[in-house]
Amino acid sequence: MSRVAVLKGGRSLERQVSLRSGARVQDALARLGHDVVPIDVGVDLIERLRAEAPEVCFVALHGRDGEDGTVQELLEILDLPYTGSGVPACARAMDKVLTKHMLVEAGIPTPEFFAFTQMAFRELGAAETLPAIEQRLDFPIVVKPSSQGSALGIKFARSAGDVPAALVSAFSYDARVLLERYVKGRDLAVSVLDGDGGPRALPVVEAVPREEDFYDFEARYEIGRTEFVCPAELPDGVAERAAELALATYDMLGLYGFARVDLMLDGEGELYVLEANPIPGLTDTSLLPMAAEAADIGFDDLVAQILELALARAPRV
Amino acid sequence: MSPEARPPSRSTSRDLERYAGLFASRTRVMKSSAMRDIMAVTTRPEVISLAGGLPDTSSFPPETFAAITSRIAEQACAKALQYGPTEGLPETKECIAEVMAAEGMRVDRDDMIVTAGGQQVIDLVTKTLIDPGDVIVAEGPTYPGAVPVFHAYQADVVQIDMDAEGMRVDLLEETLDRLERDGRRPKFIYTVPSFQNPAGVTMSLPRRKRLVEVAAERELLVLEDNPYGLLRYEGEAPEPLYALDGGVYVMYLGTFSKILSPGIRVGWVVAPPPVLEKINLGKQEADLCTSTLSQLMVQAYFEIGDWRGYVRSLTGIYRARRDAMLAALADHFPPQAEWTRPGGGLFIWATLPDFIDTDDLLVRALRDNVAFVPGSGAYLDGRGHNSMRLNFSGSGEEGIREGVRRIGEAIREQLELYGTLTGELEAVRVEPDEADAGPADRDVGGRVVELRRREGRPRRAGGA
Repeated sequence: MSRVAVLKGGRSLERQVSLRSGARVQDALARLGHDVVPIDVGVDLIERLRAEAPEVCFVALHGRDGEDGTVQELLEILDLPYTGSGVPACARAMDKVLTKHMLVEAGIPTPEFFAFTQMAFRELGAAETLPAIEQRLDFPIVVKPSSQGSALGIKFARSAGDVPAALVSAFSYDARVLLERYVKGRDLAVSVLDGDGGPRALPVVEAVPREEDFYDFEARYEIGRTEFVCPAELPDGVAERAAELALATYDMLGLYGFARVDLMLDGEGELYVLEANPIPGLTDTSLLPMAAEAADIGFDDLVAQILELALARAPRV
Repeated sequence: MSPEARPPSRSTSRDLERYAGLFASRTRVMKSSAMRDIMAVTTRPEVISLAGGLPDTSSFPPETFAAITSRIAEQACAKALQYGPTEGLPETKECIAEVMAAEGMRVDRDDMIVTAGGQQVIDLVTKTLIDPGDVIVAEGPTYPGAVPVFHAYQADVVQIDMDAEGMRVDLLEETLDRLERDGRRPKFIYTVPSFQNPAGVTMSLPRRKRLVEVAAERELLVLEDNPYGLLRYEGEAPEPLYALDGGVYVMYLGTFSKILSPGIRVGWVVAPPPVLEKINLGKQEADLCTSTLSQLMVQAYFEIGDWRGYVRSLTGIYRARRDAMLAALADHFPPQAEWTRPGGGLFIWATLPDFIDTDDLLVRALRDNVAFVPGSGAYLDGRGHNSMRLNFSGSGEEGIREGVRRIGEAIREQLELYGTLTGELEAVRVEPDEADAGPADRDVGGRVVELRRREGRPRRAGGA
């Protein structure tokens, strides 16, 4: 029995998803017998936390502020234990470019990429390098903002003519964007949950588009347009390999508590890590709860375990 | 809170997948959930929203409101609390006739049904006429609020380009010929002829006459959606389609939302009797009758208030706001942008170079706490991605100026970036005399709403 503040909402573009995650977590915490304090994160966050004096915070925020370490930093200063990853891990995972550099260094396969800031184009003439990049990555090229959590701002450039507009779109979301080689294949997600025996990978979820438009990223997140299969039906050894890569990514970034690692499986059976989400969705359509359930961990148990891990974590010194 | 008081536990994800198989195909939404989430962010209090379509209800006199409600309490309490006839109260129909007369229309009280706002008319007419795969002809861009309705009935929507004189009726005829050759007959033509939402343009009288002729020649129904006709800030009003046709092929949609209150939800439809009979059945199925209380509020207001005076005051407020927005656009939008110059209504439609995607631009603009409606929501065929709808009725003049300034800055940033990326800097640089040009020089008239058909991303309502 603890007094738990559920931090949700906030100012990010994923506010609505976060409100849904938060509401579901609140219900679970109440069923578990905790004293729940819901907080829609805004300018009065510190004031609210001081007034409510929770023993622990459940961070159900997605995207900017909540998932990039900003809110976690504030909670550290207030000496409040919180769920999920710490400040440095959040900062690393929310930065897709940094994550990918680290993956390359660690020898974990990730699609080849190049990253730029808006400044590089403005002041260093980076546009001159585009033809070379296009040749190297081959079309279609995926263009995406470095720090956007959901599929927002992701564009496919089918030819060189599409690249500038795709970059302009991606720069609407972030000052840094990446151009990435497109891996055609199956879309997999491996959720990781910490526990007594250390982090474990949950069964693989596959997103299967119902319509034959692989270029439509938005379709993935629409109920009815994408079917989620868990555990994914995969060739021998692929699920094990995906779990191994997800755990390696989790360790490499220093994630804690739980996370979700997104991967692609290409036609040759090669797996590539795309990114890691330090606070994946916890809504009734989200993939982590789906994977947990496939491993016989109900939503309440999942929430209980995440909370327990928060209280067990040694404070940062 | 005790555990007993909690709602039952929520469905699990697995359950939800099970339900997903049960949803009707018409529940599949056009707009991505991501886009809906972004639009939710536009309602934050610190955001200057040029995205809404809200009338300024703060200008309605509270003492009039009090007088209306106490009059109903004194004179018609039991009636106001009771069901009413499906077609509406006779006294409310008198008010409707008065409003239509103000726009030059004479109407038989038996030819109308009072509805829960204008939106219900779009729903009822579509429900009455459309089987899955049937064709609706609409303007391009069309009213974004009609798009989900057409989609829900799995209509195939064909959109006709507009110019400064409204729907291109020549293109309409070409399209009707083409549909006929393909063996497909459209069921009705949906149009907002005056101060169109979202384009802000008004159909000229010759086009109106021709449209009515085309409808008669081909025996096609027209749904004339006219919420803004009385919000005219300059010039003479062309006759409504309904007046030109005499109610044979034209169905008319009216509403009190923009001249009294959107919150009371009272609109109406006028249609030929056989069509009206079917609409009446649809209305019965949907909600039995429009709120009696709301209908009596209209009646009481027309008796004790000065509705014409209120419309005049609204017109004054909105005219000043429109002028503020047009001036701000001329000051802050780059020369590559084009926009319409509406003589009334609530909206301006602006179009940017093809390489700017206004869905993404909105996200960039939200960082500066300003919002608009991206143009993609006004098309069902993937166009509109470089356009935006700007509302000038819901914000004060200062907010409009500042909001337009911020959007203009975000556009300039993207233009510059694009210029850097393509090496086409000259396309981006503002020539000094161009920058000095006043709004008149920048009014591009006919070209403003004509959009090239974009390749890729075809979208259609329904599964056809």
